[in-house]
Amino acid sequence: MAACLTGVCLVCSAILGGVYAMTKEPIEEASRKALLEALAVVLPAEGEVNPEAQFIEFDGKNYEYYVQTLDTAVVCWAVKSAVGGFGGPLTLLVGVEKGGVVHATRVLSHSETPGLGAKCETEASFIDQFKGFDTSVKSLKVRKDGGDVDAITASTITSRAYAEAVSNAVKVVKKIQEEVQ
Amino acid sequence: MEYFLIIISAIFVNNIVLAQFLGVCPFLGVSSRLSTATGMSGAVCFVITLATVVTYLLNTYLLVPLGLEFLQTISFILVIAALVQMVEIVLKKTSPSLYAALGIFLPLITTNCAVLGVAITVVSKEFSFGGAPHLMNLGEATVYALATSLGYGLAMILFAGMREHLAGNDVPKAFKGLPIAFITVGIMAMAFLGFSGIV
Amino acid sequence: MSKFSIITRGLVKENPTFVLVLGMCPTLATTTSAMNGLEMGLATMFVLILSNIVISLIAPVVPDKVHIPVYIVVIATFVTVLQLLMQAYVPQVYATLGLFIPLIVVNCIVLGRAEAFAGKNGALDSALDGIGIGIGFTLSLTVIGVVREILGSGSVFGWKFIAGDGILAFVMAPGAFLVMGYLMVLFNKLAKK
Repeated sequence: MAACLTGVCLVCSAILGGVYAMTKEPIEEASRKALLEALAVVLPAEGEVNPEAQFIEFDGKNYEYYVQTLDTAVVCWAVKSAVGGFGGPLTLLVGVEKGGVVHATRVLSHSETPGLGAKCETEASFIDQFKGFDTSVKSLKVRKDGGDVDAITASTITSRAYAEAVSNAVKVVKKIQEEVQ
Repeated sequence: MEYFLIIISAIFVNNIVLAQFLGVCPFLGVSSRLSTATGMSGAVCFVITLATVVTYLLNTYLLVPLGLEFLQTISFILVIAALVQMVEIVLKKTSPSLYAALGIFLPLITTNCAVLGVAITVVSKEFSFGGAPHLMNLGEATVYALATSLGYGLAMILFAGMREHLAGNDVPKAFKGLPIAFITVGIMAMAFLGFSGIV
Repeated sequence: MSKFSIITRGLVKENPTFVLVLGMCPTLATTTSAMNGLEMGLATMFVLILSNIVISLIAPVVPDKVHIPVYIVVIATFVTVLQLLMQAYVPQVYATLGLFIPLIVVNCIVLGRAEAFAGKNGALDSALDGIGIGIGFTLSLTVIGVVREILGSGSVFGWKFIAGDGILAFVMAPGAFLVMGYLMVLFNKLAKK
């Protein structure tokens, strides 16, 4: 009886081990492809992206970032930035150019309300306002808080979190630049 | 403070049945009488909390170090099944009265997706309770599991109370039984939506 | 019973969703749109057919006392295979359905069919039973998904035909319960005639 159950468990684990070994490569390939796609959205078209993740500590948290170089000079950084949103964590990939100008942003994962906060992933008018957002002249806060970010209708908390994630990313890039010099 | 947020969030805002749709089958199955609903809630509370702690430890100290995360589903369900059996045996020996109250619900719990659902959520999903998003540590996981199962109990007992009243009412024939139950839960879920955003 | 009736039985007479009312969690949680419902149904069908076949083959040699744990292990194996394949080839779908893919293990439909049908019948019949119940489940989920998507987003399979936001409650949790309840009423009315 116990032997039968053990036997079945062993056979099943062996099968799973085999399938795992077979799918390991495609799974890594799929996640690499997703990352490259996201990087292509938030970074400028010209230049070369290093798909190798680098890490930096900022404000007690570890941030993952990627650099883009043009003729050996770094021109843009993509920072993975996560904050607490309305329904849970909101994780963005933020492309930041020199001088604290946001190039573009992209949502990597969120758990916001469908039809309300979830629009932060799809509503072009909201996402596009971050393209070329110059933090030296504008403030990364929603208008309600005295900043220059137009919030999504009825989703102030999500918009606030989004702006905060972008703002954190800009600060991280500032620190990266300081460390290099 | 953080634990307080976890508790409020797990019981009211992200109620396991009304917002996350876990454990709906037993929720509908045993809620026609208040007494059985209470018994089932107790058993579920006990098993979810225990199972989450055990699977959390199993995942952190065995599966992750060995790179065997792909065995999560299969090992978690085995652990849950074994735990339920063990709890049944121990209860039978040590506390016959408690066994008499919870006993008949225990075998049903293995296939209650709330148990496996919470166990998997705790080790795989990042949470942000007022702070930076992170995976839960053991303390947070335990509090989360306990609070979630209390939320399950709350929803179930509230619903059972309403259902007892529904039973005595003149409901159109096509609505009798489960359809009216679903609609009642839908209205309950709408009421619980009011909690969203407080954490 | 003819081979054909094994399949058709799962559609109406023993429809897993509206008649047997099993596997409610994925039914309610993943039907926010027609496509999600369809994908969840197909994922469950994959596990259902394969586990039915394997269980019907091993059932005669499994001792009675451990048959439930053995069935669960077999089902969990196919679920994990499905998880790995989905992560590798359709990561987007896997991300949307999320937790509810591993939870197929505890879907009462799968274990229920193993216990009630596959354990007592041959491999071919069990495969057909899996196909029938699987199609019934997939269809039900797609129908619920279509209704919720029309009401909640004003679209069908992503094709938008009503401008604006739709009634958000139907995409959120309460809508799932309400649509399920009213569709059941409709099913009761039609099936009884």
